[in-house]
Amino acid sequence: METLEKSAKVSKDEKPVKKMMLILSKATIDNVYACFILANGARMEGIESEIFFTFFGLEAIQKEKLNHLHIATVGNPAMHMPTMLGGLPGMEALASKMMKNEMEKLDIPPVGEFLEILSASGTKLWACRLAMDMFHLNKDKLIDEIDGVLTVGDFYARAKGDGTHVLFI
Amino acid sequence: MSERTYAETKIDCNEEGYLTDLKQWNKAVATEIAAEEGIELLPKHWEVLDFIQDQYKNDIPLTIRKIGKSGVVDIKTFYQLFPGGPLKKASRIAGIPKPVSCI
Repeated sequence: METLEKSAKVSKDEKPVKKMMLILSKATIDNVYACFILANGARMEGIESEIFFTFFGLEAIQKEKLNHLHIATVGNPAMHMPTMLGGLPGMEALASKMMKNEMEKLDIPPVGEFLEILSASGTKLWACRLAMDMFHLNKDKLIDEIDGVLTVGDFYARAKGDGTHVLFI
Repeated sequence: MSERTYAETKIDCNEEGYLTDLKQWNKAVATEIAAEEGIELLPKHWEVLDFIQDQYKNDIPLTIRKIGKSGVVDIKTFYQLFPGGPLKKASRIAGIPKPVSCI
């Protein structure tokens, strides 16, 4: 109880979040949406946000891939599905389709439309240079909304100022 | 619940300054709340406020996506009209409750 009171006192002096620098390194639906919703939620609160797409996160900004992202049905205990069953052909697609339907009901947009919304909302979208080279990708493969291709150093250089937080997903 | 004075009238608001009764809302009240938020209401603002009040009256939860599909304003302009938390600010000026959506 005492601790609670203390933390309440401290909170008055705490500085608000001003900028969220999100790093998306994965391409499963759950990770991609967690990242997008955090970025969008920040903008809705008047907080700046930027996303750095690296490694498999690059799948989420490739024109030909972004609308075919899946949820992992194997190696994902939260699916509550026996591994053998999760590995059956089509199981991942089915689970992904069901999840996308549920999201549509909540007015959560598909990946491509979500990226357009983020861009229009002022979220900066960056691709990781090293991961681009590793996957032999060029900018033509990426959506038009991408603001540029950055190195890690470039990205850190943008993470300036009080109240800036870096979050790895 | 608290009372605030807008346009020389006492208006019921919650602690965060959102109106609790849309019937008390009028354009003069909206103009003063907007001024508190640092916004001068121009014709485009009024169009957006009309739209979100309509959504509220029809029990449709507000999201940024719905604003973008409204045909009234695009998302980029919406952020420019109500800088720094547009859905919340627009809702407060329109006299409707604070939006609960995360998207």
